[in-house]
Amino acid sequence: MTDLPLMNMVQALNSALREEMRRNPRIVVLGEDVGRRGGVFLVTDGLIDEFGAERVIDTPLTELGIVGVAVGMALYGLKPVAEIQFIDFIYEALDQLLSEAAKIRRRTGGMYSAPIVVRGPCCGGVRGGMFHSQSPESYFVHTPGLITIMPSTPYDAKGLLKSALRSEDPVVFLEPKILYRTVREEVPEEDYVVPIGKARVAKEGSDVTVVTWGAMVYQALEAAKLVKARHGWDVEVIDLRTLFPFDKDAILESLEKTGRLMVVHEAPRTLGLGAEIAAYVAENAIDMLRAPIKRVTGFDAPFPLVHEKLYMPNVARIYMGLSKLMKY
Amino acid sequence: MGSRFYSTDWPFREYSLDDIGFDLRRALGLYRVIDEEGEQVGDFDVDVDRLLEMYVYMVRARILDDWLLRLQRVGKVALHAPNKGQEAVGVGAAMALDGGDWLFPSYRELGAYLVKGMSEEEILDRAIANIDDILRGSEFAVYGKRSVNLVPAPVPVGNQAPHAVGAAMAAKILGHRTVVMAIFGDGATSRGHFHAALNFAGVFKAPVVFVVQNNQWAISLPSRRQTASVTFAVKGVAYGVPSVRVDGNDVLAVYTIAREAVERARRGEGPTLVEAVTYRMGPHTTADDPDKYRDPGEVKLFEKLDPIIRFKKFLYKKGFLDEDQDRRIWEEWSSRIEDTVKKCYNKPPLPVDVILENVYSKPTWNLLEQYEELKESLEIIRELGLEVD
Ligand SMILES: Cc1ncc(C[n+]2csc(CCOP(=O)(O)OP(=O)(O)O)c2C)c(N)n1
Ligand SMILES: [Mg+2]
Repeated sequence: MTDLPLMNMVQALNSALREEMRRNPRIVVLGEDVGRRGGVFLVTDGLIDEFGAERVIDTPLTELGIVGVAVGMALYGLKPVAEIQFIDFIYEALDQLLSEAAKIRRRTGGMYSAPIVVRGPCCGGVRGGMFHSQSPESYFVHTPGLITIMPSTPYDAKGLLKSALRSEDPVVFLEPKILYRTVREEVPEEDYVVPIGKARVAKEGSDVTVVTWGAMVYQALEAAKLVKARHGWDVEVIDLRTLFPFDKDAILESLEKTGRLMVVHEAPRTLGLGAEIAAYVAENAIDMLRAPIKRVTGFDAPFPLVHEKLYMPNVARIYMGLSKLMKY
Repeated sequence: MGSRFYSTDWPFREYSLDDIGFDLRRALGLYRVIDEEGEQVGDFDVDVDRLLEMYVYMVRARILDDWLLRLQRVGKVALHAPNKGQEAVGVGAAMALDGGDWLFPSYRELGAYLVKGMSEEEILDRAIANIDDILRGSEFAVYGKRSVNLVPAPVPVGNQAPHAVGAAMAAKILGHRTVVMAIFGDGATSRGHFHAALNFAGVFKAPVVFVVQNNQWAISLPSRRQTASVTFAVKGVAYGVPSVRVDGNDVLAVYTIAREAVERARRGEGPTLVEAVTYRMGPHTTADDPDKYRDPGEVKLFEKLDPIIRFKKFLYKKGFLDEDQDRRIWEEWSSRIEDTVKKCYNKPPLPVDVILENVYSKPTWNLLEQYEELKESLEIIRELGLEVD
């Protein structure tokens, strides 16, 4: 056995793009500063040197242009990867993403489809303020026709991006920027994929199921350690990875064991994905539950510049929620 | 030229370039009052006191910019977008406004904030996001103050362009003589917001002045790759908006053309677009690494075109300023701003509950519930000795 290289998430994403671009000459990358600059987080670093400016395209500054043009490229037969410099800037492109990319298969009777990949850094924790910290996954999950993914580890980031690049449906690929360089792990250099729609059990446990994704996986793991030490409670942490279509079976299987459900996400609570997961479980598996479902989420306010760690779910708030569930 | 031109509406009317109503060539040229050597090459109508006032504003912006960089480096400020080398644009444009006029700036216009009436202390409190931050810790790198009609910039670049048009239309509807100005970068002209704004401004003859601050870069994209237009100013022409390109490192050129635009707007003659060509001497922001995409030699070249040095040469040549006075201006403002930095540095942080305020005019039930959750979490953090904030 040879040692696998240690990679952070940026390197893992970069290697996924590189390998897939070698495999599939129809993949092109476009976005603001993705070429010479290599992206502001360097996810596309060096790609322009290997694949040239025709396939790694520095675009003018307009998200609606980037996504709209990507849709057109996909209709013609390319596989475009549109980088949104910070996912907070996607809103100008929502008409193209929600009205066009998501609906074009249906609207054209299945004649055309636009399986673009829209990827970009999301979520908080880096003092990014209101427009460099958001978690807008609900808009995408709510829109029929889109797949939404958010990895939490370098291994999954590479494997899931590869799946996205082979998907026949449009994918929104959200990368928690706080994890770009803070987690390193062994990542294979040869080909592998992580399937879309499959969750990962980040930690096994028997008392409570915590369903979460992105950087919140690590907060949940921290809190799990804390309650184990203080109370002996055994928390199972499920990293959803694919936010839609989410892995309902993994959630139900875990609940069969634990009978208690908590959902943790950074996005604001109201109509966050936690609401859909809670509703799904309430409709289909309420008899498994021993306590009311608990959500620990970002508050229903725009993301702040100051005190962001108090705005986002933190160990204390997850601890509070777990206590309520266990003491119910 | 011999070609014939026809109007858009049926039946097509034949017209000549003179019928357009403004001089197209001004969008292609480069208006100047002072050349690189500080020689006067154009007309201006500004008295000496006001010239010196302009100079002092540029000096203040430069000194403050340097402090914001330093404060970011020690972690006191989250992010800064340096203004260095572009002072003539913000100062020249904002000085063209009258007191009651409105300004919708971008995030890189320290000079304009100062001119409009935000003090160094208010800017520093904002940058540090301390207890006196006017924007209550909501966002980084943007500045504004309602009492002087300075509307804080949105971080999505150029979103403010249609706001400026709407405010100008509102002023017109209400019968006010207010003029509204928007300042944004070359990159922002690629966004849909810019095009909607220009179109509305032209159609409704809104009393608005657009200032395109063309610093020749949008992060790593040089402006020749941002657009295939020969200048940014010609974009205004397409919308029927008189447009003028000026040397943005010449504060008197910026001021003169901006003032002409403001007066035109106030007379009810509609919008103007001013492209001010300048140069971003620093990195895009403190998070950027320009060596990856820009030849440092280029920066050296533009250091010679520094707008402050150019204006100083002009003032010397005219006998409006001498070396001794100049040294005193720099010394005075360096020490005043340093004192202000010290004062702002040690102010306490904003209280925790700001993260839930100003969402609605009055908090809704969910926010009240979440406020309780926040308070409880602070108790748990204390009780368990957790390190969170
Ligand atoms: C809608 C949007 N997309 C992307 C960004 C990220 N971004 C911040 S500034 C910038 C470049 C802006 O260039 P320009 O408009 O020329 O202004 P400058 O920074 O040069 O003053 C980019 C891409 C943003 N703030 N808003
Ligand atoms: Mg620019």
